[in-house]
Amino acid sequence: MADIAFLLLIFWLVTTTIDSDEGVKRQLPPPVPPDMEQQEVKDGDVYNVRTNFRDELLVEKEVLSIEQLKDGAKDFLIATGTGLLHPERPNVTLGDDNMKYPERQWVLKSELLALEQSFLAAGQNKRAEKVQEKLKAIELFGSDYRELPGSALISLQTDRNTSYDLYLQVQNELEAAINELRDELALAKFNESYASLEERYGRTKEESLLDKIKAVRLVYPQRISEAEPRDASQGYY
Amino acid sequence: MGKFKKKKREMGAISTASLPDIVFMLLFFFMVATVLRTEEEMVRVIRPEASEIYKIEKKHLIRYINIGPPQDKRYGTEPVIQLNDQFADVAQIRDWVENERLTLAEAEQTKMWVSMKVDQDTKMGVVTDVKQELRKASALKVLYSANSRERTN
Repeated sequence: MADIAFLLLIFWLVTTTIDSDEGVKRQLPPPVPPDMEQQEVKDGDVYNVRTNFRDELLVEKEVLSIEQLKDGAKDFLIATGTGLLHPERPNVTLGDDNMKYPERQWVLKSELLALEQSFLAAGQNKRAEKVQEKLKAIELFGSDYRELPGSALISLQTDRNTSYDLYLQVQNELEAAINELRDELALAKFNESYASLEERYGRTKEESLLDKIKAVRLVYPQRISEAEPRDASQGYY
Repeated sequence: MGKFKKKKREMGAISTASLPDIVFMLLFFFMVATVLRTEEEMVRVIRPEASEIYKIEKKHLIRYINIGPPQDKRYGTEPVIQLNDQFADVAQIRDWVENERLTLAEAEQTKMWVSMKVDQDTKMGVVTDVKQELRKASALKVLYSANSRERTN
């Protein structure tokens, strides 16, 4: 009898799928007001990823396989060296119009201190807070660092006939690229992976962990933008 | 003679040794028969796999949108949208978001998650339309439901 009961138990365990609520997290952009102007961005500052109806991937005008996407995105995000972990790239010439990578800009403690004072004097507390976050990051890293220019972003454009699977794989690989870089930096600076920092912060809500998380995010921000959907009647690109 | 003693037949007590088994059987019957989901899946969803998985802790904040081909072939094979227990149109999403938001406590209304359970073979057209509607309804926190896998190198 006990055997039968166990069989039943096992049968139940195997057949039941408990609905799991896990997946890839995304924050959608708020709706665009109709009168908003198109922002001009430097070509080198945007990493263009396009997918077509045959589930092919066009990345920076090159056909890539999904396996290559992560490394490509990582190259873009590392850009011209962070001044923290990655050495300068001799094969990247700065100031070139066709430059594939955005140029990271120095965040210097001396400049930030002056900025903080001026914002505080002007009563612009929000902006002063931003500066303070950067100062905190410099303190945690123990050195000045280089940040991506504000216009640097990964742009994703999906055709209406792309399969959902490929779309999710692209999102996933881009996120993996960012997460791996963040892990790498956090391990080097704080002896702990970024994922573990986030996990511990979720449990303990410790302020010092949040500071570390914010510092890593400053170096590797998550900037994935999805293009406004195109009307199919505009023809195929 | 006449020595036949009338055998006294006594009824033995019914063994209760098997009682736990019977109880277990009942228990298992109910376990098997119980449906955990409160919502019936009317569309077939084979979830894609992803490595960068996020798990939502507060389940009561999640609302689901299912997209996929109908389970019942009579409704065709094209992907359809399921909201709660019925098929819906893209245009209904905004109202649905508003209604679902009202089911949450006021303090939590901005924290609502929309979990999109989309079949992996669905074309992006429908998904994009749904996403646009969600944006208009200001339901910006979205989870693309996926099974977890290892990161590829």
